[in-house]
Amino acid sequence: MAGLTETGDKLNEFMPSEDGRKPVVVVDNVHVEYRVHAAGRKAPGTGRSLLNRTRGLRTVHALKGVSFMAYENESIGVIGSNGSGKSTLMRALVGLTPPSQGAVYAASRPNMLGVGAALIPELSGEKNIMLGGLALGFGKAEIDELRDDIVAFAELEEFIDLPMRTYSSGMQARLKFAIAASKQHEILIVDEALAVGDQRFRQRSEARIREIRENAGTVFLVSHSMKSILDTCSRVIWINKGVLQMDGEPKEVVAAYRDSRK
Amino acid sequence: MSLAEYSERSGLRRVGARPSLPSYLAQAWRRRDFAIAMAQYKIEAANHRNRLGMLWIFIKPTLNALMYGLIFGVLQGANRPPNFPMFVVIGVFLFEFFATSMTAGARSITGNGALVQSLAFPRITLPLSTVIQQLMTLVPMLVVMAVYIVVLGAPITTEWLLIIPLVAIFTVFNLGVALIAARLTVHVRDLTQLLPLITRILFYTSGVLFAIDRILKNHPWAVELFNFHPIHEMLTIARGLLMPGMTYPPVYWLYFTIWSVAVFVAGILFFWSAEERYGRID
Repeated sequence: MAGLTETGDKLNEFMPSEDGRKPVVVVDNVHVEYRVHAAGRKAPGTGRSLLNRTRGLRTVHALKGVSFMAYENESIGVIGSNGSGKSTLMRALVGLTPPSQGAVYAASRPNMLGVGAALIPELSGEKNIMLGGLALGFGKAEIDELRDDIVAFAELEEFIDLPMRTYSSGMQARLKFAIAASKQHEILIVDEALAVGDQRFRQRSEARIREIRENAGTVFLVSHSMKSILDTCSRVIWINKGVLQMDGEPKEVVAAYRDSRK
Repeated sequence: MSLAEYSERSGLRRVGARPSLPSYLAQAWRRRDFAIAMAQYKIEAANHRNRLGMLWIFIKPTLNALMYGLIFGVLQGANRPPNFPMFVVIGVFLFEFFATSMTAGARSITGNGALVQSLAFPRITLPLSTVIQQLMTLVPMLVVMAVYIVVLGAPITTEWLLIIPLVAIFTVFNLGVALIAARLTVHVRDLTQLLPLITRILFYTSGVLFAIDRILKNHPWAVELFNFHPIHEMLTIARGLLMPGMTYPPVYWLYFTIWSVAVFVAGILFFWSAEERYGRID
């Protein structure tokens, strides 16, 4: 990871990795700007005169030139305070939020671990497995094969024919995780998904993430839990106010992040 | 060497780049089971919520047909086309398919924000799925419609079978309309507020309740214009097939097919060209 410990600007004339590792994701100077319709007044003291007030439209610069490279079999923790741009970066990684400048290159399309939005609460768990599986790109026959594993992993054998809305929030989270984790992704993004379920399920889902990682994938883990970051990640990226603040060994980056929050 | 060049040399591709049209359509075809399952499950879920469930699919257009039949039957007086109840039932039931396809299609991207934000699949799947959902509700509606017009005195003929290709062409037309509406609402959200009005305007200008050639008999040029109105063409063909003593110009089949294919192709191109745009939340 030589040459990657500073912010992105220095990467413009970079040299390819010396040790010949294969890059799977290259984030090249990514900027993301949201144009938002602001309502109400600006906070006082932000120095804008009444004359050139741009009423309504305001630009939020969520990412300001982030660059880094991820290699095969890496498990990268992404940390940062709320609103620092972590989720925006992850959405840019999977191609859901197009960068206003720069680009993301990848060996295969990165995927977020999450299928919740495709499910319908009124339907039974079983039908939701079918729907979620199809949304993830499985064929019907594949889902029929996977169904028992998903149900067993989610520990919902008794309730799988009941409507999903009758599940507890923990049970729903387990089902969603089990469906999403049934797919083997080459490049996977987990956004705080580990913080669901009870203690035992959390451990099992962490084990499952590790398993996915070992199967020749690259994992990004976005989390506020420094413990799960330190437990599962081999490298940590710290995003602060839209720029890449630090990138390196988990212990060092987490320590620096903790210091900054004191 | 820049990062972009390096990425290219390492065999990486830009994420989120819009695929070429053939590969886009191939991807969408692979997701056909998803589109169908989503349509089917949404109907099921909606039926769970209402006490009368599936019955509402028939009750709503029946009440509509009753209300419009009464009001416009009285208002039109002598200009009423023959077999007016049958005329209105066919008009209202078939127009419903168009109206719901357009309205639901318009909301298919903006109303599924969370899904669009979290999973990568060709977005065209969503408007297609909504039209499939409307088609699935149309089939039982057509059966009820047939029962009504038989009760109202129409003889069952072999010509009725031609309703099947007509509905197929109509579906292609509605797919195109839904695709165009889906992208337009992404750019201009306010459109959803206008849609009920647009639907109303089309409802009154498609000959759902009036025989165009009767009420516009003093304006032959206007009647001529209606030869090129796709929904009017569709309704005229349907009435010609189903109602006794009604005829339609066979050339309407050609006109309506051209309309449908044109709107469908335009819809696909229009929707596909903004594919990268749908994930943005501003």
